[in-house]
Amino acid sequence: MSLTTYFMEATYLIASILFVFALKGMSHPETARRGMFLAEGGMLAAIIGTLIGAHIVTWVWIIAGLTVGSFIGAWMAIWVPMTAMPQRTALSHAFGALAAALVGVGEFLVHASEMPVVTRGALGFEVMLGALTTTGSLIAAGKLQGIIYGKPVQFRGQNFVNLSIFVAMIGCFVYFLFNPAAVAVFYAMLGIAFVFGVMLVIPIGSADMPVVMSLLNSYAGLAAAATGFVLSNNVLIIAGTLDGFSGFILSVLMCKAMNRSITNVLFGGFGAVIAEATMDAGGVMREITLDDAAMQLAFASRVVFVPGYGLATAQAQHAVRELAELLEERGVTVKYAIHPVAGRMPGHMNVLLAEANVPYSALYEMEQINPEFPSTDVAVVIGANDVVNPDARDNPKSLIAGMPILEVDRAKSVIVLKRGQGRGFSGLENPLFFKSCTTMLYGDAKSSLSNLAQAVQHV
Amino acid sequence: MNPAILIASVYVFALAAFLGYQVISRVPPLLHTPLMSATNAISGISLIGSLVLAGAVRNSQAAHVLGFVAVTAATINVVGGFGITDRMLKMFKSRTAAKKAEAK
Repeated sequence: MSLTTYFMEATYLIASILFVFALKGMSHPETARRGMFLAEGGMLAAIIGTLIGAHIVTWVWIIAGLTVGSFIGAWMAIWVPMTAMPQRTALSHAFGALAAALVGVGEFLVHASEMPVVTRGALGFEVMLGALTTTGSLIAAGKLQGIIYGKPVQFRGQNFVNLSIFVAMIGCFVYFLFNPAAVAVFYAMLGIAFVFGVMLVIPIGSADMPVVMSLLNSYAGLAAAATGFVLSNNVLIIAGTLDGFSGFILSVLMCKAMNRSITNVLFGGFGAVIAEATMDAGGVMREITLDDAAMQLAFASRVVFVPGYGLATAQAQHAVRELAELLEERGVTVKYAIHPVAGRMPGHMNVLLAEANVPYSALYEMEQINPEFPSTDVAVVIGANDVVNPDARDNPKSLIAGMPILEVDRAKSVIVLKRGQGRGFSGLENPLFFKSCTTMLYGDAKSSLSNLAQAVQHV
Repeated sequence: MNPAILIASVYVFALAAFLGYQVISRVPPLLHTPLMSATNAISGISLIGSLVLAGAVRNSQAAHVLGFVAVTAATINVVGGFGITDRMLKMFKSRTAAKKAEAK
């Protein structure tokens, strides 16, 4: 090995270590940023190491790619609003996976004839995972952005069709394992994987996106790790595996937070089934006037805000913080209760509220806040529905039975901010809305909250 | 692939998986969005594979073009991912810092 190769390998080792430190920093908001600087340093070192040590012969394509990519990446980083974070992350998964898939195709073009069977196996995984994650993530991004219809797309025999596609893809993979010269089969595998990614995500509704996002995150990482196996490159294996496991852990957490299995999310088509199976909770919803609501809040001693995806769509994060601040000035204790699957990706609500200058110490996880609801005077539900549905706890026949919820119904009184009388995303009736302690404040969440803030000032 | 290298790779994979599990299960739900965007940026390390494809292969225009697209995609992933992660993490403020930011 030449000196430059040693240098390159050293930068890879440093990068691997820095990546681990970066993720360790993520355990607390105070250390997270510093951790990311380390990761950025590691990435830069690995890039420089590669450029010096990899015997580069043509620079044109590299410089062009780095320049174009940096511009688009920087543009995305600077201009994307926080409410669009899920879409952006999905797009980013697509780009990462596409890169892995293309590196695989490139390796195939250049080295296919001399590859042993194990390398071809890794190559197959890399290309399949990369390709299906690319299209899957694009569809997810489209759904989240609203370009593609968000409701589950389902047809008769869908699981059979998907299974056939999957079998065809694996068939191509196995054939390619034993016949390295089968160029057409390799490209067929690539093409089928692209189609499979689409088929995998279209039956899944927007409300299940936190799980899908986490899974795609995991696949993108595993594709990078497979690239590492193909190229015998340890830093790729390490970084890819860290990403793969992070995504996997998140998907398990998200599934737990919905009390569903991963297979149920992927093949169940949640939204579509439930719309027909609604139960009638009965009773009437009581509307509350703005002034009464303001009065309740102003004279409460403990208030908990419960944000859901409706907060993001209404862009109401600043309005809620302003209201909270006014209440705090009056001596009210204000907390925020965050359900793990509120929003469209893990941690979505935390980011939105942090953007509006809500200190992270006011954001409470489900397990922390649930025991506090009985001593809460007013719980304000903003654009959340299923995550506060007491049926999940009380009604074993409910379709969301067993899903852990924020026990808002145990608060002394509940104000629900809602656009209209319609049902939530899953189409389930929510008995919370009919309880005697619950009152409804209809209207756009953002204007309701700013009107409330004004009314509180005049109390 | 040399069997010794393969075995070493499997070791690296297994240990990284274990390490990843240990480190990531300590990340609070508060930071799950930045975590996802950070690990996504880190897995943009496939950029180094793309660089080799785009520049170190002799006499293959196809490899160069594929490499160019891969470098572009991976760079978007890295630059966009780290950029947005930092932007997000900047927003997470302690009570005193949030008050200060408000006063501005």
